[in-house]
Amino acid sequence: MSQPFDEISAQLRRRHRKSARLKWISMGALGLAGLFLVLFFADMLVKGLPAFQQARIQVEVDYSERASQLPLAAVQENVRPLVSRGYLRLIPGRMDDNPELLGTTRMEWVLADGQVDQYLKGHHSKLRDSEQAVVDRLAAQGRAELRFNTTFFTRGDSKMPELAGIAAAAMGTVLTLLVTLAVSFPIGVMTAVYLEEFAPDNRVTQLIEININNLAAIPSILFGLLGLAIFINFFGVPRSTPVVGGLTLALMTLPVIIISTRTALRSVPDSIRHAAFGVGCSRWQVVRDHVLPLAMPGIMTGSIIGLAQAMGETAPLIIVGMVAFIPDVGGSFTEAATVLPAQIFTWAGEPDRAFIEKTSGGILVLLAVLITLNATAVVMRKKFERRW
Amino acid sequence: MMNIQVAERSVSPMTGHQSKGEPAVGAPVTRNEEAHHELAIRVRDLNLWYGQAQALKSINLDVYQKNVTALIGPSGCGKSTFLRCLNRMNDLIPGVRIDGLVEMDGRDVNEAKMDEVALRRRVGMVFQKPNPFPKSIYENVAYAPRMHDLVSRKTDVDELVERALRDAGLWEEVKDKLHQPGTSLSGGQQQRLCIARAIAVQPDVILMDEPTSALDPISTATIEDLMDKLKQQFTIITVTHNMQQAARVADYTAFFHLGEVVEYNDTQAMFSNPHTKKAEDYITGRYG
Ligand SMILES: Nc1ncnc2c1ncn2[C@@H]1O[C@H](COP(=O)(O)OP(=O)(O)OP(=O)(O)O)[C@@H](O)[C@H]1O
Ligand SMILES: [Mg+2]
Repeated sequence: MSQPFDEISAQLRRRHRKSARLKWISMGALGLAGLFLVLFFADMLVKGLPAFQQARIQVEVDYSERASQLPLAAVQENVRPLVSRGYLRLIPGRMDDNPELLGTTRMEWVLADGQVDQYLKGHHSKLRDSEQAVVDRLAAQGRAELRFNTTFFTRGDSKMPELAGIAAAAMGTVLTLLVTLAVSFPIGVMTAVYLEEFAPDNRVTQLIEININNLAAIPSILFGLLGLAIFINFFGVPRSTPVVGGLTLALMTLPVIIISTRTALRSVPDSIRHAAFGVGCSRWQVVRDHVLPLAMPGIMTGSIIGLAQAMGETAPLIIVGMVAFIPDVGGSFTEAATVLPAQIFTWAGEPDRAFIEKTSGGILVLLAVLITLNATAVVMRKKFERRW
Repeated sequence: MMNIQVAERSVSPMTGHQSKGEPAVGAPVTRNEEAHHELAIRVRDLNLWYGQAQALKSINLDVYQKNVTALIGPSGCGKSTFLRCLNRMNDLIPGVRIDGLVEMDGRDVNEAKMDEVALRRRVGMVFQKPNPFPKSIYENVAYAPRMHDLVSRKTDVDELVERALRDAGLWEEVKDKLHQPGTSLSGGQQQRLCIARAIAVQPDVILMDEPTSALDPISTATIEDLMDKLKQQFTIITVTHNMQQAARVADYTAFFHLGEVVEYNDTQAMFSNPHTKKAEDYITGRYG
């Protein structure tokens, strides 16, 4: 006995309605997530983009004998509070380097104080009314303007917002991640290869496997404590350095790399292994020549994701002392350094309003690097995939 | 009364039923008088367990050089398992236990001194599903000889690749696209590529596990012709579910049932006059 069509269609309609409803709900969820993302980006852009510009003013600089002793004397009294003290401090040095400057007076575009910058950007500033009037006058004469802020990308941290830059932190991040990669990639991949291709399936390997999976779920701050205990206290690695930071992050990245490598290895069909064993490959040749190349895109993606995670980590690095105040762009693995998120963290805690835009600017830089990193992962993956 | 060849072959235990008092199987009649009848592989009392389950029971079998030997029998009877014993691919399966003798060149392949890599170089394998390496056609063939240090100079490798592809009957079809991926070929071509890969290292024996079961009739016929040609150089052991195929290509046929070799004989004799009821039922398609 078959059901009449009407009954079937009534039931079908209910099913269709149900799937339509689910579709709308999931699309709504997606829309909401997208909205948050857009809001977040917009907020960061609005707050952060001004950080890429910095106020400069044109003033008369008097390279007198006195200015080489007392830099404040180089500019006239009425504009003195408007010029960055950091800039003024550089004057004696410049005069030593260029003796012909002595005794001359020039009109120069100089870095303005952070408060002038805030005032020109329309934010609240601590300038007195009289000082504001001077800035207004300069602006009217075309002698005060916002220019691209190269300082932000070329210098390290500073207590003066107009001189604070992201470069030292960026360099620290690069060095730290290099250490992380150099340590966790080979160890992680080889561990995964051993577990997946060589190890017998017994209690011990199962135990190791469970522990590795658990490791990935451990709060990152614990890795910081581990790093402090092992690397700094036990092995005596100097604190605050890219070496210790990188090693600590490597602890964190290892399980991610191991797990993604194992997944990638497992996705290589057994028929390839059989083919390779069948022509007389040793186990290692099977892995090196056939399995690893096929798994490489997956391994790369996993590693880059692991690195991107490590790059955003702050907590474990605070523990090993990488939230230092680093005014100079270093290049050494064994000198104190800081990293991008730690720099952002530091700026976010500054009371001076001018640091708010630095914070957002730093986040923009961090995001840009992360997006570049992920794009690299995608490109690399595509490139590998083309070689079947 | 018996000529030497027959006498030699009568050593091979033909059936498990002999011992159970059934009539002894007559010496196989040779179809091809000039065929070689030297032993390639001697299997004696081979037992294999997957964990607790016994998959091969006291197998005795002689495989003759430069012949095609077909293994037939219902699904799950242990044909693939037996084939993997010959190049020790069962080593890769955890929990496998083997006892008994598999002798090649007077040496037990399972002995501790035997290197399975060396063994697999001499006993090549072609699988049920074509599984070329995800590399170029050229690399598929050149990889193993290079790895085994059989050749190293570019011209030698080129020559070897061409010879293997010619022997596998694939050269004309691929000579203009040697550097395209092996996986871009059709299924039948891929299987011939796998055969070329297997013969490129000049093995003594080639094991084929249902090499045509994933192929269309025309590719199947091509591969069958190929087996006929290749047996001049190699000893071929093939598994097939296709009775006609066994009858067409095999010189000898072994009928497996529930992990035992029930009957082993010259193919013609086996198909025209099976000695056991089980073999007869299976060959004539009456097997349930
Ligand atoms: N890796 C394995 N682990 C455990 N048991 C296995 C394994 N491979 C095969 N077996 C068992 O061994 C027996 C023989 O299997 P085998 O694959 O050799 O059969 P076959 O004759 O090749 O069958 P088919 O014709 O279907 O390919 C079967 O009962 C099977 O379940
Ligand atoms: Mg099988």
